[in-house]
Amino acid sequence: MPDPTYTKTELMICVAARLFEDASTCFIGTGIPMLAAMLASKTSAPNLVPVFEFGGLGALLEELPRAVGEARTFHKALAASGICDTMETAQRGFIDYGFLGGAQIDPYGNLNSIVIGDHDHPKARLPGSGGGNDVGSHSWRTVAIMQHDTRRFVQKLDFITTPGFLSGPGAREAAGLPRGTGPIAVVSTLALMDYDPVTCRMRLKATHPGVTIEEVVANTGFELIIPDKIDANLAPSAEELRLLREEIDPEKLYI
Amino acid sequence: MAVMEGEWRVLESGRGELIQPFDLDEFREWNRTKKTRKLTDKRMSEQEAISRFVYDGCYIGTELYGTVRCPMSLARELVRQGKKNLRVCGQGVLELDLWLSAGLVKKLDITYIGLEVYGTSSALRRAVESGQVVTCVEWSNGAISWRMKAAAMGVPFLPTRSMLGTDTFHYSAAKLVADPFTGAIVALLPALILDVALIHVHRADQYGNAQIEGISGFSAEMARAAKRLIISAEEIVSTDEIRKYPERTIIPYYLVDAVVHAPYGSHPGEMAYIYGRDEPEIKAWVEASKTAEGAQAYLDKFVLGVKDHFEYLKLIGEDKLKACVELREKRY
Repeated sequence: MPDPTYTKTELMICVAARLFEDASTCFIGTGIPMLAAMLASKTSAPNLVPVFEFGGLGALLEELPRAVGEARTFHKALAASGICDTMETAQRGFIDYGFLGGAQIDPYGNLNSIVIGDHDHPKARLPGSGGGNDVGSHSWRTVAIMQHDTRRFVQKLDFITTPGFLSGPGAREAAGLPRGTGPIAVVSTLALMDYDPVTCRMRLKATHPGVTIEEVVANTGFELIIPDKIDANLAPSAEELRLLREEIDPEKLYI
Repeated sequence: MAVMEGEWRVLESGRGELIQPFDLDEFREWNRTKKTRKLTDKRMSEQEAISRFVYDGCYIGTELYGTVRCPMSLARELVRQGKKNLRVCGQGVLELDLWLSAGLVKKLDITYIGLEVYGTSSALRRAVESGQVVTCVEWSNGAISWRMKAAAMGVPFLPTRSMLGTDTFHYSAAKLVADPFTGAIVALLPALILDVALIHVHRADQYGNAQIEGISGFSAEMARAAKRLIISAEEIVSTDEIRKYPERTIIPYYLVDAVVHAPYGSHPGEMAYIYGRDEPEIKAWVEASKTAEGAQAYLDKFVLGVKDHFEYLKLIGEDKLKACVELREKRY
C-alpha cells in the first residue's frame, strides 16, 4: 500500500534498495548507499554481506553508519579486517556489487568526485576518489545513486574519478580493467536508468511515480536513450517508509 | 597481447609529482641504525613526541581518519607547535581540516578529505582553491594503502588494476606498464615511505607494542612504512598484558619511536568499544569551518587556547565525555 507522503530522496532510496541481490557481497559507500543497503537488508536481501572499505565485512546493519570506518560498519560483523584486505578481495573478484555516489555522472556512467573546473586551478575542490575509484574498478557491477539535475548529469565530466564504461564499448578492457565489470544502473531522484548493451550509453529504464519522461530528459545534460518500453517504479510501501523513518534514519541525517 | 622478453616499458606516466621520493636501501639502513631493538621506555607527552619527531617540511600521515580512531590529540598538538610546509597523505576528516585551516599543509597525496555525512570540506576548498596547497596528487584509497604496503614489503612498487583509464591515474604519480608475465596492463604504485606517521590505538605498553580492536584500517601498513612512528594509546598496559594476547599486536615495539598516553585521544571522533562519536562537537567544527574566521575561532578555542590534551578534555567536560562512553559500540 503506497504512502503518498514520501519524499524524492526516500523514493530514490527505496528504488535503490530493491536492486540489492540477497546473499551478495556489496561495497557500500558513505551516505545514501548506506540507507539503501540497510533497507535492503531489512526487506528483500536479509543475507546481504555489506563490505565497508576500511575493513567491516558482513556487519548487521542495525544502526546507520555515519562514516565508512565507524563501529557500526563492523557491528556484529563476520570479520573486521583492514583496507588492503577489502580492496584486494575486490581486485580478485569477490565483490559482486558496488553502490556509489558522486558529484557528476556522464552518459557512460563515469563519475567525478574530485574537482569542478580545472584540476590545478579548480572552481570547487571536492573530497577526492576515496574508495570510489577502487569500487568502480573491481566490483563486478556498480550502481550509482544520484540527485537528478543537469549540473550532475553532464555530457562531459570535469574529471573522471571513477570508471564507468570510460569512452564506450571495450574501453574498460582496453584500459586494463577487469573483464566483465562495469556499471549496470543509476538510481536518481527522478528515475532508474540502465545502459544500452551495444553503445554502453545510459538509457531510461523506469520513471518514478508522477515523473514524466520529459521531466527526466529536461533534467539530463546529455542525450538519454529513451526506449519504446519504459517501466514505472513502484512508490515506497508503507512498510518501506516506516523502516526508513523509524529504524534506519530516525535522526533524519539524510531523509 | 604478446609478451616479449625485455619489453617492459612505461606506457604512460601520471603527471602528478612524486612528492615523497624514496630510496629502499636508505630505508633499510635507517631501520638498521635508527630503530632500536632494545625494549626501552618510550612514553612521553604529546608535546615532546611532536617536537622531537615532526619537523617543518616533513612528509606525514595520520591513520585512520578524523572521526574514527584518529590521533586527534597529536593532530592538535602539531597545530599548537605550528609545524609547517607539511607534505601529507590524506585520507582525512577533522584532523587534516585542522592542519589545512592552520595553513600548515603545502602538498597533498590526496585520496579523500571531506566531512562524510556533512559533505565537502570547506577547509580543503579554501586551502586548495586559494593555492595555499600548491599540489594535489590524486590516488584512490586502495592505491595509497598499497603504496604503504609496498614500502612495508620493502619493494619499490606494487601493481594494481585500480585507477586505470581515469583522470585519477592521469593526475597521480603512478606509471602504466604491460605486465611482463601476461601482458595485462597494470598501474605501478610507487612505495610510500613516510617521514612520520601518527597512529592512535586502544592499548600499548611502554615500549610501543600496540593493539587495536575492531577494523585495523591501514595501521599495519602505515606503521611499517614510516621512519618515525608516534603511537597514542587510550590505555598504557603492562607488557604481561600484551603477552596474553600477542596475536592482537598489530604494531610491534621496534617500529615505534614514541608512546603517548591519550585517553579520549580520538575525540570528537570515536574509539570502538570505548566511546562513540561526539556528534555535537563534530557539528561544531562543521559549522565553524564554513568560514576562515569561524575555523580560526575554533582553533583559538579548542586547539591554541589549551595547553595540552588534558586541558582540552577539561574544556570539553566530563559530562560530554561520559555521554560518548554511553554511545560506544558494545561487544555482544
